[in-house]
Parts: sequence; structure tokens; C-alpha cells
Amino acid sequence: MGGLLDGYPRGPAYDEMFGADGLPHPHMRALYDALQLLTGEDLAQRAAARDRSFRDQGVTFSHAGEEWLFPLDLIPRLIPAAEWDVVEAGVVQRVRALEAFLADVYGPAEVVHDGVVPRTLLTTSATFCRPAHGIRPRNDVRIHLAGIDLVRDEAGVLRVLEDNLRVPSGMSYVVENRRTMARVFPGLFLEQQVRPVASYPGRLLDALRRSAPDGVNEPVVVLLSPGVYNPAYFEHAFLARKMGIELVEGRDLFCDEHVLYMRSLGGRQRVDVVYRRVNDDFLDPVHFRPDSVVGCPGLLNAARAGNVTIANAVGNGVADDKLTYSYVPALIEYYLGEKPLLSNVTTYRLDDPDVREECLERLDQLVVKPVDGSGGAGIVIGPSASDAELAAVRERVLAEPRAWIAQELVLLSTSPSQRDDRLLPRHIDLRPFAVNDGEQVHVLPGGLTRVALREGSLIVNSSQGGGSKDTWVLTSTPEPASEATGPPAFPAQAVRGTTPDRGPHDDQPQQ
Amino acid sequence: MLSRVAESLFWIGRYVERAEDTARLLDVHFHEVLEDPTVDEGAACAVLLTVMGVPDDVASRHRDSQAVLELLGYDDAPNSIAGALVAARQNARGAREALSAEIWQCLNSTHNALPARVAAARDFGPAPFFSYVRECAATFAGHVEASMSRDASYDALVLGRSLERVDMTARLLAARLGTGVGDEGWTSTLRACSAHDAYLRTYQQGVDARRVLEFLLVDRLFPRSVFHALCAGEEALVRLDPASGRSALDESARRAIGRARTDLEFLSAATLLDDLVERLHGLQRTVSTVSEDVTRRLFTGSAPLHWRIEEPAT
Repeated sequence: MGGLLDGYPRGPAYDEMFGADGLPHPHMRALYDALQLLTGEDLAQRAAARDRSFRDQGVTFSHAGEEWLFPLDLIPRLIPAAEWDVVEAGVVQRVRALEAFLADVYGPAEVVHDGVVPRTLLTTSATFCRPAHGIRPRNDVRIHLAGIDLVRDEAGVLRVLEDNLRVPSGMSYVVENRRTMARVFPGLFLEQQVRPVASYPGRLLDALRRSAPDGVNEPVVVLLSPGVYNPAYFEHAFLARKMGIELVEGRDLFCDEHVLYMRSLGGRQRVDVVYRRVNDDFLDPVHFRPDSVVGCPGLLNAARAGNVTIANAVGNGVADDKLTYSYVPALIEYYLGEKPLLSNVTTYRLDDPDVREECLERLDQLVVKPVDGSGGAGIVIGPSASDAELAAVRERVLAEPRAWIAQELVLLSTSPSQRDDRLLPRHIDLRPFAVNDGEQVHVLPGGLTRVALREGSLIVNSSQGGGSKDTWVLTSTPEPASEATGPPAFPAQAVRGTTPDRGPHDDQPQQ
Repeated sequence: MLSRVAESLFWIGRYVERAEDTARLLDVHFHEVLEDPTVDEGAACAVLLTVMGVPDDVASRHRDSQAVLELLGYDDAPNSIAGALVAARQNARGAREALSAEIWQCLNSTHNALPARVAAARDFGPAPFFSYVRECAATFAGHVEASMSRDASYDALVLGRSLERVDMTARLLAARLGTGVGDEGWTSTLRACSAHDAYLRTYQQGVDARRVLEFLLVDRLFPRSVFHALCAGEEALVRLDPASGRSALDESARRAIGRARTDLEFLSAATLLDDLVERLHGLQRTVSTVSEDVTRRLFTGSAPLHWRIEEPAT
């Protein structure tokens, strides 16, 4: 019987399972031992169980008009408690600095007066939103939910790759992945102490409720989705159901006298908080794209009048602009007076002529990204790009330098992933989610680990054939097993049944 | 709840019931054609298609049972079994947050299994397909009863289901009258409604046409009788739109369903068979009146406002 990990190839990337000495990392030992007991056939059977579970529950994303199963890799990614503490603190720090930045740029803009960022960062940003200027959320929260993408480099250091502060997606897959893994691999969980993730949607709902306009004690919260054809529709429906709120589309909403209503059975019903999963551009045809039917005319004015909270806030894009990203370490020091706990990936600003010239000379070694892109769209990875692609991106950079950044290539760490009846290294990243409720920024334990299922690929986005892994944050001290210390789960007499009404066929005497 | 979601639930109720009842109807047809060599297959198909409202030009191309099965069983239009189940699942997908996980999963896995079930039915005969559809519908109904709050979402679904049941039971009876076979046929009609045992227990005597009609039209207690379905639909409608209970006069849905119910309620056994065909048509018209009226009055929500540029508030 060949082990699943026999002949596991070692490449130049950091591997999440094996150290440089070829032995499993200490926190991976238990999982490694468990995997040694499995055969390729076991793996295939569990993969089939996983697919059945996903298909029946409809855990899908829409791609080119079809519903695709969101691929969940069977091998979890484990993060030890001590490392998670750093991630957690680093993400909190980053979100707090970015909140301060947003409050500043949609207010007094002192960060510009103090020379920390150039004025052109704002004036030339496609995602800086003038209509949002002067809208001050009641509890000063603009980033209700953030997804901060992290990658581990060759040296094993976790670095921030980008911030997602507009409509970060993936939370639903974190929760579904865990449920499915617990069904498919019940044994694995018993040996590990894994921090639970089921409370994610509840945290988000709590933050949304706390952001309601002044004087609203029992806010009506809705989730605004573009509808069933949106790639993330599964997630929208999942979150709405888990939060117990209405999932609305633009056609369900209307504004009247700067108040937002939904069309409900009993007539109009006032809405206080909109958790929107619609991009700024489509949110309100009065201010943005007049041809859009996805949003609701008048929504932004209702928000400006203080009658409704839009979450995440309109205009957050200026803070997750990839050029702004290059300033985040400076923003952390400026707003918080702290040293950044998580490093950026080395990034070059192409709007600086000297830097640009240097970068253009070695484009074949760098990664070039559009500053306002998302979902991996438009990224050119130098070493794997053709000459024609490099020439094309050079043209585009020269035509509009502000629209691009260049980064040193990070060889993402690899994690053992199922390929048929074997485990092979595949590159992964991590998106922890942070919820800001106005008093505290909560980083939920774990996050979405995305995996590039094609050999050698560094692109992990689901729209480009990526999958995900269940992400286990381990607790530092294993708690004693409950049966050793706690009371028995079912007291004996309750099981035997002392309830009087058990019907004529009960073998106990009637009472 | 959102008007759009309520409308989806209404249609989920209708489509699941339609799939189930069409399976029942086809099941009767197949038993008859297979078990009784004297049945004229072409004529039986023609009656069935007419009763189901298939246009004449289409019906004339479906003169054998296999063709009827393709049209009413496997086609992807929402008037076939498979098509209705696909439509139910499409509606559920857009209203997923209003459904319990169990209900969604039931509709979704039924939908996912359809291609394989249809293929098996084409190869080995339709009987397992019919029972599959009925089991799925029963599972769906069980989850509805057990996992939905008795709020507007439940009422919308029950209203849709009840209206469709009235409509389809009327069609089932019309099909039976059209083929005009003896007591054997009425027994299989009862079986198709899962009503045979309940019928025998109620009447304690053999099957005859008048009693079967009485049972399936006006029985107070049997849940698939037209009268029972009308009452369930009327109650759901009143709960959905409480204002309609007070003044039914200016509200055509409530009026139409209430009139159909009272017509049956005070019908004497002696007059049951008078103008029966017209009565069955009338029931179908009632269903479409109520459906249209409910859609117009309840499901469109507040009338859309005119598109206008608002002055920004300061």
C-alpha cells in the first residue's frame, strides 16, 4: 500500500506540510499521521461524498451562465495558534488604519496636508467617490466586512497581498467547507482542537445592526444582490438565510423622500441597513451609471440624509486601490503610531518615472496588476507571460501609469492537495475576514484558503479554476475530552424515559 | 416578506403540485392503456391532451402514449412533470433565503436527479419515475409542514398548492369522464389520488362513479378533494390579505374562491352530476381568476414610483 504522500515532490516554494528537513511541521504531525492511514481509494470515496453533499446543497458559483460546484480540496490547511495571533493582530491593525484613512479622505483629508500620501492618490483614483464625501456613518464604520488576502512567501513569512474593502466574498464557503469536512472526515476533527467558524454570519449581522441610523432600535437589515446570475449568488442567499434577513434585488426597493423602502406583501416596508453585494457603480443610477437597473435610484441620497446605512460604505474602493496599498504601512504609522505587524509584498509605484523605467526593464520578473482590479482579472505574471503579453502590458502601463502597480513575484506556499488518488503540492493563499462592529474589529478564526488546482499555477481565484480548503485554526491548549470531566451527555434516567405519556405500546407500566 | 419572494413561493407550491398531479394523471392513463386491451389508445391520448389544455395542433401529433409521455412527462416546458420541477427549483433558487435548508435541498436534489430519472424512465418504463416524483413531492410537503413558520411564506405556498390541486383534480375528473370506462377506471382514479383506502373507509361499499365524484369533489375531510383544497386556499388567501376578509365585495380573488367553495358546499348529491363538465371547467376558470388577481394585487407590491432625479439632501 503506497502512502498518499509517498514521492511528494518538493519545489522551491515553502510547503505547509513539510519543513526543509523533509519532516512534517510540528503542528501538522497529527494530520500527517492520519493521512498515512488513508489509501487513494479512501480519498476518491470521500471526494465523491463531498461532491454529493455540495451538489445536493447547491454550493455553487455561477460561471458564464452555468452553476459550477465550488471545488473544496479534501486536505485542510492548519494554522497554529501562535501564528494566528499574529495574523489576527495584524489584520485588526490594518482595518483600523484603513478605517481612519477612509474617514479622513471623505472628511478633512489631513493625510494629504501632512504629506503622507500625495493628493494625486485621491484625485486620480477611479474608485474615489465624490458623492460619498461628507457622508458620515453613525458609528463611523465604513468597513463592516473586510477580506485581507495573505500569502506566505518562500521564507515562510505571511505577507499581505491585497485588501478587499468593498464586497469581499467567500465567507459562505468557509462555513460550508467546515460543515462538509465534518461530514466527510469526521475522524480528523476528533484529534485536533479546531476553532469553530459557524458564528461568522452572526457576527456580521450584529455589526450591521449596530450601524443602523440614529434612533432605530430594531433595524430592518436587507442584503442587496444583483440576482441569481451573479457569480456570488450562492453566497448572497447563504448569508441572507444565515442572518435571517431579506435578500433583495434593486427592483424590490424604492426611495421616497430620501427614505428607502422594499416592496413587501403588506405594502411598503422601511429599510434601515443595506448590506450590499453590488458594486458602487451599479448602486444608484442617480449618481453612478444611469443605465443600471441593478441598484435603486435615490439610495445614496437616502444614505446622505442619514435614513439608511449602506454597508460596506460607498467609496471604500479608494482604500483598497492597489496604489493605496503601497502606502498602508505608512498609514498604520501615521494613524495608529504603530509598526505594521504584517508586511506588504514589495510594490513599485509606476506613476514615478524612475521607478517605472526600472520596472519596465525587468517586466519579465515582476507581477503587474491593475490598481482597481479584483478577482485576478488583468494580472500579468512576468515569468510566465509571453513576449506579446509583456509588450501589451508595457503599452498599457505607459498609456496610463496610475492604473498599474508592479510587485516582486511571491512564490506562494504550497499545501498537499488531492489530485485523483494522490496528494500533490498546490499553491495557496488565505483570506481572513474581519468584521468591524464599531467598538471592536473581530477577525474570524480561519478564513478562506484558496488553492490553485492547476500544477504550478499561482492564480487561486475561483473564476480562474481555483478551489478552496477548509482552514483550521488550532487552539493552543487542547481541552480535556468532555467525557472525562463533564457530566454525561444524556443522564441515564432521561434515556430510560419517565415521561408519562408514551402510548399504549410502551413496555413500561402505564402511570 | 418581499412581494417577489411571496410570488416565487406561490409558484413553487403550484409547480410541485402540478408535477405530482401530472404524474398521478399519467399513471392512471398508463395503467388503463396497459391493463385494458379494449381501450382505444389514440382516443385516450386525445382526451388526456384536451383536458390538459394542449392545443389541438400539438395534440394531433401525440396520438400514442409514448409521445404523450414525452410531452407531459419529460419535456422542459413547465406543463410537463420534469419542466414543472425545473421551474420549481428555479423559483426556489431566487427565493432561497426564504426557504428552509431542507426544502431547498429537496427541490435541488430532485432537480439534479431528473436527467438520470428521465433516462431510466425512457429505457425501463415510466412507473418508477411517477413514484419518484410523488415521493419527492411528499418529502417536499413534509418539510413544508415541519420546517416552515406559519407566516406569509407558508400561506403563499399553500395558496399556490391549493389552487393547483383544485385545477388538477378537476382535470383528472374530466379526463375520467372523457374516457368513460366503468368502475375499474374509477378505482384507478381513486388510487391516483391516494384516495382508495379513504374512500372505502368512508363509504364502506364498492366503487361507483357518483360516489367517487362526490368523494373527490366535495368530501369535507379528504385533503385532495376539491372542496378541501378550496377551503385551504381560501384560508391562506385571507391570512395573506387580511383586508379581504372584511369586505370581499371589491376583491375578486376572495369572491371567486369563496363562490366556488359555497357552490360545492351546498351541492346536493342528487345534482352533483348535472352539468358536471361545465362545473369542472368553471373550477379551472376560478383558479386562473384567483391566480391572476392575487398576482396583480399582492405580488407586485407598491406601484413603482416614477424615475426622477432627487435633489441631494444636505
